Amino acid sequence: MAKEIEKQQFDIMNHDLVPLHIIVSDDEKNELFNKYNITPDQLPKILDSDPVSISIGAKPGQIVKIIRKSHTAKEAVAYRFVIESNE
Amino acid sequence: MAERAKSITKKIGSISFSLLSPNEIRKMSATKVITADTYDDDGFPIAMGLMDPRLGVIEPGLRCKTCGLRVGKDKCPGHFGHIDLAMPVIHVGLVKSIRDCLRSTCRECGKLLLTPKQKEDFIQELKKYVTEGRDNTYLLKQIVKECVKSEKCPHCGREVGKIELDKPTSLRENGKKLTPSEVREWLEKIPDDDLPLLDIDRKSARPEWMILTVLPVPPVTVRPSVTLESGERSEDDLTHKLVDVIRINQRLQENRDAGAPQLIVEDLWELLQYHITTYLDNQTSGIPPARHRSGRPLKTLAQRLKGKEGRFRSNLSGKRVNFSARTVISPDPNLSINELGVPMEIAKELTVPVKVTTHNIDWCKKMISYKSETTVDNEDYIPSVNYVIRDTEGMKQRIKVTERNAAEVAEKIEIGNIIERQLMNGDITLFNRQPSLHRMSMMAHRVKVVPNKTFRFNLSVCPPYNADFDGDEMNLHLLQGEEAQAEAEILMKVQENILSPRFGGAIIGGIHDHISGCFLLTHKDRKISYDYASHILSAVKYEGKLPKVIEEKGKKYVSGKDVFSTLLPDDLNIEYRSKTCLNCDVCTAPKCPYDSYVIIKKGRLLQGTVDENSIGAFKGRVLDRIMRDHGMDAGREFIDNVTKMGITAITLFGFTTAIDDEDIPEEAKRQIAEGLDKAMKKIRSLVKAYENEELESLPGRSLEETLEMEIMRVTGRARDMAGEIAGKHLGLNNSAVIMAKSGARGSMLNLSQMSGCVGQQAVRGERIHRGYQYRTLPHFKKGDLGASAKGFVASCYKTGLTPTEYFFHSMGGREGLVDTAVRTSRSGYMQRRLINALEDLKVENDGTVRHSGGQIIQFIYGEDGIDPARSINGNAVDLNRIIADIREGN
Repeated sequence: MAKEIEKQQFDIMNHDLVPLHIIVSDDEKNELFNKYNITPDQLPKILDSDPVSISIGAKPGQIVKIIRKSHTAKEAVAYRFVIESNE
Repeated sequence: MAERAKSITKKIGSISFSLLSPNEIRKMSATKVITADTYDDDGFPIAMGLMDPRLGVIEPGLRCKTCGLRVGKDKCPGHFGHIDLAMPVIHVGLVKSIRDCLRSTCRECGKLLLTPKQKEDFIQELKKYVTEGRDNTYLLKQIVKECVKSEKCPHCGREVGKIELDKPTSLRENGKKLTPSEVREWLEKIPDDDLPLLDIDRKSARPEWMILTVLPVPPVTVRPSVTLESGERSEDDLTHKLVDVIRINQRLQENRDAGAPQLIVEDLWELLQYHITTYLDNQTSGIPPARHRSGRPLKTLAQRLKGKEGRFRSNLSGKRVNFSARTVISPDPNLSINELGVPMEIAKELTVPVKVTTHNIDWCKKMISYKSETTVDNEDYIPSVNYVIRDTEGMKQRIKVTERNAAEVAEKIEIGNIIERQLMNGDITLFNRQPSLHRMSMMAHRVKVVPNKTFRFNLSVCPPYNADFDGDEMNLHLLQGEEAQAEAEILMKVQENILSPRFGGAIIGGIHDHISGCFLLTHKDRKISYDYASHILSAVKYEGKLPKVIEEKGKKYVSGKDVFSTLLPDDLNIEYRSKTCLNCDVCTAPKCPYDSYVIIKKGRLLQGTVDENSIGAFKGRVLDRIMRDHGMDAGREFIDNVTKMGITAITLFGFTTAIDDEDIPEEAKRQIAEGLDKAMKKIRSLVKAYENEELESLPGRSLEETLEMEIMRVTGRARDMAGEIAGKHLGLNNSAVIMAKSGARGSMLNLSQMSGCVGQQAVRGERIHRGYQYRTLPHFKKGDLGASAKGFVASCYKTGLTPTEYFFHSMGGREGLVDTAVRTSRSGYMQRRLINALEDLKVENDGTVRHSGGQIIQFIYGEDGIDPARSINGNAVDLNRIIADIREGN
């Protein structure tokens, strides 16, 4: 509840330093695994308790796509696998 | 391949670490050790002593009493012994686990301090972690925390005491000391079912094994004694420590059996604990390290493994190698940058294996028959063969080829034999100089065997190795396989490393005399005689069209610029400012009066001086362009030729610098003195203004800071003024100035310090202020804020410094030295950490960066997939260049 209120008061997703996070669809997920020939545990991780995960409602097992600004390329795309936190 | 098929390779599936149980220790023991002595008076090992022959042998020829093998061929690996401890002792390495076990169990019944419900929950949770393959350290900590919370044992109702650990090895319950025996009894009570929750695997350990009752004695081969020249025996540190343990153990046993007072027994017990603790780790905090008679701390078990000189970093991660050489380096301008001069003596020692086949058998026979043992300098080098390896009926035979048996061995050679051939011209080798800070510290060179005793290479290759010739030594490694040779040739040759991955520009280029030489050759309208021009062109083996010959007063000349142009490819078009450019207010670019604007059209240098900005590393524009447009081979050729041309030119013209290069006329000296006088006056007036509190402070600064800043500004300007005046009188007819302006060596600041004024000395960016009370030196009045009292050096190096100036100057100099010393060690450690973190990252074929476990680190290398060595200042394409090319219509 408290987090809900906080979210309404201050949306971290609007912050300048927080890049765009998108939950990946199942189709795109398979495409990703085929493209790199990987299993989900080979991806970088993000906790489900991460403020961004909470904000966009990412659940363990899902994959988030992150579009960042980059110094070298204009935009860089990265993927993270959502995992359950210890707490 | 056959070689490799024979050796069976296996993949390590898993490694598990476990504790040795007392029974296991006794079972693997070859003998019980009871005597603290090693050898008797006749020099024979004492039975049941620390050097008992059943523990293995170290002298060649002797047979081990346990396995009957010798040291030499059949190799007895050594056997463990054991010491029965009179009283149990805590193992230092495991105290933390012992503490956690005691904290989470009941002293009465040994069960975990959890209700059955809690226990079941944790077991389920743990199972989940294992199946998911997650790190469970956090959960295990939670279990201990949960146990500590309970006040009474949920099983037997005993009150739970507070367990504290007194570093390093004593435990207390509610402030009362627990003896190791009591701890052991307690740990024995913990049921097997509870062990997984305490992070103990029943298959590998029982908690009570963390308390030592038997101590394993390592084999003699682990702690060999050495016989000194004087015939004295010197024992290993471990043996010394074991002697202490046995001695105290014996005394403890005797005292206890004789029924000595509790106090004495406890003291001895503690002493035994100390000796065993230091035997395991002599750097345990909280206790003094055990020392050798000489006062040197003993190197015990943990010390053998730990740190830079430990087993891991020194013997496992890094090893000494064969097929390598090390000697002093010296320069040879006649070698290509790819080449390396290797002394004959080294070439005769290093070998490359060559398999004998139908195609090369005749050649092999000839090679073997060349064998001669004597090395004579200046004699032509004829490579031969050092060893022949024959494989007869599975037995490998290694025959040394000598002058005497050469003919015979050559005759007997068969297909399938391997000959170890001596180093030959053209072999690919790796050459390295420590510290190996970047990949250019180890590059592949082609061998050229030369007389005398030093390695020799082209001067342009000094910067990547950071080498000079004041006694530096470098290492050479010979590649033994064809695959390795091919790989080194393609990836590691010097020419492949001209472009640095740091910024995508050349880091190998002309230096020092190469730049001065090209400057002299190309500056303004230099005409050189026909003879000289032929000489220079023959040095670079030029075979193209003859440059235009100018005839003047019956003599034939060639323009210097035309001579240089012979090295440029025909399609080179480029314009840029040279290093000598003065950055005039109004640039008259195409008609620069100082010849500082370089124009090259169709491979001809039309205008401008060739200097550091043309051929130097880092900023050589011509060099850079040739590398990009014509590739590495052309780049290498250009560097080879430019260095040769530069050196030939400077040798012909003559070039020298001496102290009189810094001479300036009396008039200039007067002007400088006047200027300095003015600056002094200005400083005095500033100080006066400050003392009269008339000085206006700058925003955000105190009055003192304002004064300091103002004075620093005045002194800085004074030095610049002196430099300017001196510079005006030092023209381009002066060798030192030529070097400074062309970027060959030195700077105008160096020159102005020599002939004008050295300037303000600083420590930590401030004028020198420390020393005596209220003054820097007793030569000044207390509170003197003037220029000379605070480290301004008005003299120049040539006239010499006054004693006080000299002192301040050394203060500034010392700071520089200390800074470099501190910086190298700090950056070295930083680099080590960085490399350890990044060592197993790799760019895969699909462009992703992954580590050895397959985890993706970056989805595209560098987020743009660009190889920085092939980038243009970090960009994938050089837009400016493309636009310029289109404009010119190329």
